[in-house]
Amino acid sequence: MNEAVNLIHGVVNWGMGTAADLDMGTLIDASVFYALMWVSVLSALGVVLCKNVVHSALLLTASFIGVGCLYIYMSSPFIGAVQFLVYGGAVAILIVMALMLTRRDDMSESNPSRNIWCRVGAAVISGLFFCCMALVTLLTPFKNVTVDLGDSVTGLADMMLTKYIIPFEVAAVLLLIAMIGALVLAKGAHES
Amino acid sequence: MIDIFSLSVMDIVNWSLHVGLAHFLLLAAVLFSIGLYGLLTKKGIISTLMCVELMLNAANINLVAFNHYRPFQDFSGQLMAIFSVAVAASEVAVGIALAFRIYREHGSIHVDELNNMKG
Amino acid sequence: MENITVGAAAEWLRSLILYIIGNELLTDIVMKFVGLGACIAVILTAAIVLTYAERKVCAFMQVRLGPNRVGGRFGLLQPIADMLKLMSKEDIIPNGCDRVVWALSPMLLFVPSALIYGLFPFDEGAVFADVNVGVFLLLAISSQSVLPFLMGGYASNSKYAYIGGMRTVAQMLSYEAPMVFSLLGVVMITGSMRMNDIVAAQAENVWFIVLQPIAFIIYIITATAETNRTPFDLVEDESEIVAGPFAEYSGMRWALFFLAEYANLLSISILTTTFFLGGWHGPFLPGVVWFWLKVLLMVFVFMWFRWTFPRTRIDQMLSFSWKVLLPLALVNMMFTGIGVYVWRSMM
Repeated sequence: MNEAVNLIHGVVNWGMGTAADLDMGTLIDASVFYALMWVSVLSALGVVLCKNVVHSALLLTASFIGVGCLYIYMSSPFIGAVQFLVYGGAVAILIVMALMLTRRDDMSESNPSRNIWCRVGAAVISGLFFCCMALVTLLTPFKNVTVDLGDSVTGLADMMLTKYIIPFEVAAVLLLIAMIGALVLAKGAHES
Repeated sequence: MIDIFSLSVMDIVNWSLHVGLAHFLLLAAVLFSIGLYGLLTKKGIISTLMCVELMLNAANINLVAFNHYRPFQDFSGQLMAIFSVAVAASEVAVGIALAFRIYREHGSIHVDELNNMKG
Repeated sequence: MENITVGAAAEWLRSLILYIIGNELLTDIVMKFVGLGACIAVILTAAIVLTYAERKVCAFMQVRLGPNRVGGRFGLLQPIADMLKLMSKEDIIPNGCDRVVWALSPMLLFVPSALIYGLFPFDEGAVFADVNVGVFLLLAISSQSVLPFLMGGYASNSKYAYIGGMRTVAQMLSYEAPMVFSLLGVVMITGSMRMNDIVAAQAENVWFIVLQPIAFIIYIITATAETNRTPFDLVEDESEIVAGPFAEYSGMRWALFFLAEYANLLSISILTTTFFLGGWHGPFLPGVVWFWLKVLLMVFVFMWFRWTFPRTRIDQMLSFSWKVLLPLALVNMMFTGIGVYVWRSMM
């Protein structure tokens, strides 16, 4: 029994030694980021390229969930939870229900794109935009300093109710207006 | 100005392994351009709304990334992201309601066919 | 006797693994996997025990005996028989269904139901992930289980499933708002969203069912609606809509839905216990015993609801949520806020 334990200790020490040499911490960190990044980006591509619009909407939900997990990766669990709740739990469902209520019988071709010249032009424009952003991002020497800001909920609440109270109230009024407006639009102002 | 041609493969691998602000900004740029492509290309109202949501998400990633990777002492980036999420949600609600009405009046949700006010 | 806690068991296991492996970091990783395995074991055991318990409770309330053939006089092996039956059924795939979405729907339904087990405090310090925003993350993750219903309803290429899916989504979205507001009262009194802090606040003072009775009632009503149990199971019962969005699933796919449903039942009982009944806190017995006693009591209460009340209609259900529960929850939140302010200024 002791022999077996010593053997296991030897193997583990060798493994952890090589892992420290290879800097396993950053490797795992980076793999989590890249996994979430590919989920978000590939789902976003699927939203745009999919022929079936319901598949597009479901891939949009996957993109939202990927972005939410990225927020949690960035030590902002509150924003991550807000993303899941609002985007994944309300906006996505709203979009899917709208698609099902404005439904044609055949859903498999229900996400048409414009003609090929339009698509080429749009690709050129988006590509140009991405190149500009990438150039600016890569040429700026960012120093990545992460500060541990503590409990985000109390900090956010303090800021929301003292320094940013006016945007908070305006956002509340905006949500109320949007709710009433959506009800009136969907039902009709003169119908009972 | 960084001399691009003197970068070796090992430098690029090393840069991409240490995840920093630039990576998140690039991710946000990719999502935004995908959304932009979709917005310019799609014919259905709801598909365009979905691409607008992608672009808004990209902007939110930017806000939260700047909050996390710069030494501010407060949570302004996250707070702006919360307000952005609230505005986006209300915009989607009103947009979907509009899409319903349009579908009921015209029977189609393709933006090219909604040209009553043209000319 | 005093030290039978989940924490003590975990410490013993950790020291054993540390002796075998000899590295701190690796021991931490292994303990995380042990914790995960424990959560999944709880879910699977819950599914098995609760199917049997439901049938027995139902039977006794209807003055009959329930399962009593398989495995002796009490029918203790009935869940095994059910499981074998489900596993051996033919996998029928509806014609014209959207194959990928249809197949993914039950799996994606089970994921959020299982994921929130990592946030529950089973004992003092025995939380798999003790995040600062525990309550909020829990609500956010459970809100993800709405979309798979819609997916299942749409992809099944069947009228019953379609209508059932839309009704399920309408019901679950309507009942989410009062649920969130009723829990906000608890969070306001505690002053924190961590699950451990909520239980600790109840351990120090009084259980929140005394301080927030209206929120308790609103929470159990909305939780019943969220998990699609009677009196709110219009969307999935047999006599109304031929099992709604689950109509086109058979065999193991149906078993996944079933598993998700019983995992949900156990999780709302655990949440009611944590938020309103004091969690693992109790006088003489160890915390983990009190926890499971309270949870099983709440499970019995939810089963009692199921076999006592008749089903509500969809319009009654929705108007009840928006016109009664939501204003009540908002008023409760207002009075709680005033109460907390007055209490803190008096202290």
